[in-house]
Amino acid sequence: MKAFVYAIRSFGRELRSGEVVVLLAAVALAVAALTAVGFLTDKIGRAVARQANEVLAADLRLLSPEQIPQEWRDAAERFGLQWAETQSFPSVVFAGDANALATVNAVSSGYPLRGTLRIADRLFGEQRVVDGIPARGKVWADGALMARLGVDVGDTITLGESAVTIEAVLTYRPDQSIGFASLAPTLLVNIEDVPASGLINEGSRVRYALLVAGEESAVDEFYADVEERLPEEVRMRNREDSSERASNAADRAQRFLSLTAVISLLLSAVAIAMSARRFAHRRMDTVALMKSLGASQRFVISAASVQLVMLGIAGVIVGSVVGFAVEEMLTRMLAGMIQGDLPDAGWGPVGLASGAALILLVGFALPSLIQLRNTPPLRVLRHDAMPPPPSRLLVAGTSLAAVAVLLYQAIPDGRMLAIVLGGMLVTAAALYLAGRLLVALMGRSRGAVGIAWRYGLANVARRGRDSAVQVVAFGLGLTVLLLLSFVRTDLLDGWKRSLGEDAPNHFLINIQPQERGSIAEIFQSAGIAAPQFVPLVRARMTEINDESVKTREYPMDEGEWMANREANLTWADELSTSNEILDGDWWEPGYDGEPLVSVEEEAAMEMGLVLGDRLRFLVAGQEVEATVTTFRKVNWDSFQPNFFLVLSPGALEEFPTTYVSSLQIDDEQQDVLLSLVRAHPSVSVIDLGAILEQVQSIISKASLAVQAVFVFTLAAGIAVLFAAVQSTIDERRFESAMLRALGVRRRTVLSGVLTEFAALGFAAGLLASVGASILAAVIADQLFDLDYSFNPMLWIAGLGGGILLVCASGYIAARGAINAPPADVLRAA
Amino acid sequence: MSNRSGKNNAVLAAENVSKQVSSPEGSLTILSDVSFSIGAGESVAVVGASGAGKSTLLALLAGLDLPTEGRIWLNGASLTELDEDGRAAVRAASVGFVFQSFHLVPSLNALENVMLPLELAGVDDPRKTAVNILREVGLAERARHYPSQLSGGEKQRVAIARAFATEPAVLFADEPTGNLDSRTGDLVMQLMFDLNRNSSTTLILVTHDRSLAARCEREIALDSGRLVADSRAAA
Repeated sequence: MKAFVYAIRSFGRELRSGEVVVLLAAVALAVAALTAVGFLTDKIGRAVARQANEVLAADLRLLSPEQIPQEWRDAAERFGLQWAETQSFPSVVFAGDANALATVNAVSSGYPLRGTLRIADRLFGEQRVVDGIPARGKVWADGALMARLGVDVGDTITLGESAVTIEAVLTYRPDQSIGFASLAPTLLVNIEDVPASGLINEGSRVRYALLVAGEESAVDEFYADVEERLPEEVRMRNREDSSERASNAADRAQRFLSLTAVISLLLSAVAIAMSARRFAHRRMDTVALMKSLGASQRFVISAASVQLVMLGIAGVIVGSVVGFAVEEMLTRMLAGMIQGDLPDAGWGPVGLASGAALILLVGFALPSLIQLRNTPPLRVLRHDAMPPPPSRLLVAGTSLAAVAVLLYQAIPDGRMLAIVLGGMLVTAAALYLAGRLLVALMGRSRGAVGIAWRYGLANVARRGRDSAVQVVAFGLGLTVLLLLSFVRTDLLDGWKRSLGEDAPNHFLINIQPQERGSIAEIFQSAGIAAPQFVPLVRARMTEINDESVKTREYPMDEGEWMANREANLTWADELSTSNEILDGDWWEPGYDGEPLVSVEEEAAMEMGLVLGDRLRFLVAGQEVEATVTTFRKVNWDSFQPNFFLVLSPGALEEFPTTYVSSLQIDDEQQDVLLSLVRAHPSVSVIDLGAILEQVQSIISKASLAVQAVFVFTLAAGIAVLFAAVQSTIDERRFESAMLRALGVRRRTVLSGVLTEFAALGFAAGLLASVGASILAAVIADQLFDLDYSFNPMLWIAGLGGGILLVCASGYIAARGAINAPPADVLRAA
Repeated sequence: MSNRSGKNNAVLAAENVSKQVSSPEGSLTILSDVSFSIGAGESVAVVGASGAGKSTLLALLAGLDLPTEGRIWLNGASLTELDEDGRAAVRAASVGFVFQSFHLVPSLNALENVMLPLELAGVDDPRKTAVNILREVGLAERARHYPSQLSGGEKQRVAIARAFATEPAVLFADEPTGNLDSRTGDLVMQLMFDLNRNSSTTLILVTHDRSLAARCEREIALDSGRLVADSRAAA
């Protein structure tokens, strides 16, 4: 007979046994965790890319000094892409006698393709997201422009030869950072109004742009199609240009999530190994019988393998369904954080997850299968005849190989992989030892307690090895959950505290030197301390140690970007309070010699700078060379104006300079801003509060989603517990029956069992609380520069949650053993 | 080599078979220098007190275990020279079992349990053969029932059907009535002897039930691992 036929025939009834359910659950959990994480990282990656695209207001932006030819639009249409056009040019607009220079942004319907426009109904009024663009004859004007013209919403202004009505205050457009150099405030108009204005003539300085967006693959195809045909002067900007930094962050998030998925995966693997052991053990009698009836070893192992694979497939199906359900849930959770509709996650993550789960199954179940194969047929006559235990080398070899294969997906670098694997082994060993220590301590204490307690604690101690594994598995699941639920809020609170009550919430930029005095007076008269003005000089770095920044080799890609971008320079006599010198010496007070420069540490590292390097800048057509004398650490969270490059006093003073400033303005003081922009229309005000709020909402939504993924880790811990209880269920059934036959009440047996699980839960909770606290302190110190304060709630939740969860799941797993009628059990034994 | 020809005619033969196992107290001899041969169609009871070595002898004769010393032939094959799969193949072709605790596969129904050895031996149309033999043991209407749905006597009848299904050269029965009440036990044994008579199967019955042993043609008695008597019932 074919082993396959036998395997299929008996599969249905095998499914009813407890260890099969646990095995199935463990595989399903691994698949679900991986699918959900795969999906989540995919979404986060896309969200980051989208947000980067928002800066372009499109997925791809073609910039040209000439009118956009029809064939580009046709090409966009051909690839099924959305498109929009913009024309941008400077123009003086009039309102009665007043006039001001504006950057006219004429846009076609559909703009912006990515991101949204925000407008307000009055100056400094509440802003709202708006769909669409101004209707013909209407414009949305930057508040600064309105202040300069002295007009309000509803007023009419003159744009070239036509009169247009200001319909709203434009507070935000996604691509406002593009062409930042033109500091004239924006006037957003309908592109169809441009011809009537007569503003675009031969020789006008207009920047035309074609914006396209759509399916990633279609955008790529479009890109490839038009790339070669583009004239020299046309520039193309896509996500890659604008999102390198963002995607780095996404990469890191992806790694982090993948690692948490690996933890779920490893716990699932432990559950798989335990239940596979039980799976094999329960089949020994049948295998011995089959062998006595003449079945070969090959038949036996084939039949068991087929059943295991079928289980694996069933687990994959269940896991994928759960994974998809979680995906649906996460999509809802992330709604708002990710703008627009994201394409559904594909089958890719499911395929990967299924492959991973099957690898786990093979790696962790194989030793048990091989042991099963060696079951002596003699067992049909002598029940104590057992196959030799699988060799430790085989167990360690196959499981390590499986883990290595899986990790290699996340860390495709041999050395790193070895380090991570080694780290995991050491961590697992340390956790296991801690678990055993706890178990041993609890075993010791049993002399001091009553019968039920003694029975429970004796059980924990007797199954020392399995108990320790359960404590560690459950503890790990609990640790990550605690870390996210408590530590996240603790850290966010800590961060807010570190910002301080009077952290600036508004930035002022583009302040002319002569405006400083009068701006200080405006604030002082409103009862606000005069802000500090920090000089800003625009420059471009040209050479580092006489080598062009374009050709220089950089240790990191970010360094190249940093060196080649337009640089904002400042100078200072004294070190800002939000800065700290890491290396080198700050210049003497009153220093007025050769230009020196202090570089922010990360920027220095990315560009590969060392003290003594010479940086050459092009400032307003002149060259300035400065020697690097210090590296600084900057506390960006301070919301003070800070710079990557700070020069010594005197180095830049002769160049055109504007000033920036930051200050705290409460809601009730908003009117002062109105007087400010009326008096100083060229000054731009940026509201940090709104941005901060957005950041916090994104963080809390994202961490909620991550937490959902961590629930899998806890579930995997529960699976380990179930597997462990399953592996002792016969023993438990017999013991319970024995005790009850001896006259012990069912309730006493039950409290003994609950004591056992409570003890395990306590140990797991203790491990988790200690682990989460240590990790939190490390994270706070190393990553966030915060002092972590002890949170008693974390310990209460850790210990309480541990005891409750382990008791509940342990009771469910073991209740069959406690409730079985003693007579049946003893007769069967 | 004087008894060589005898072994060739015998369906089952043991020659100087000993079995030692290691235990915490040192090496333990379970069987010592046991020799006999059994012809085709014989019914033989192996008797002795608990611990006399009956079950060990049965395990060795069926190739479930290997002797420490000596040789065993079963239906022409030298079991002691075969590996585990080789011995399994011999069992598939020539051996049937009836056990004290029935040993039905719990996940297969009665019919499938009976089909199992037929399928392992590669018999054509195992279902038809299995249905027929289940009818012979009076369980045709129970064919679809799982072991957990059958009484002890019914289980043993399924086990007997399974044992005879392949028309084995040798049928080993290990205390087949040990888990049954005496009335059911009698019925089951009657069935087994009837089937044995109707086929040319050799029956090796391990028991400590004297009356059961008395129904066999021959009795081999063991005591502390030694063969102490080999007697034929008066014809």
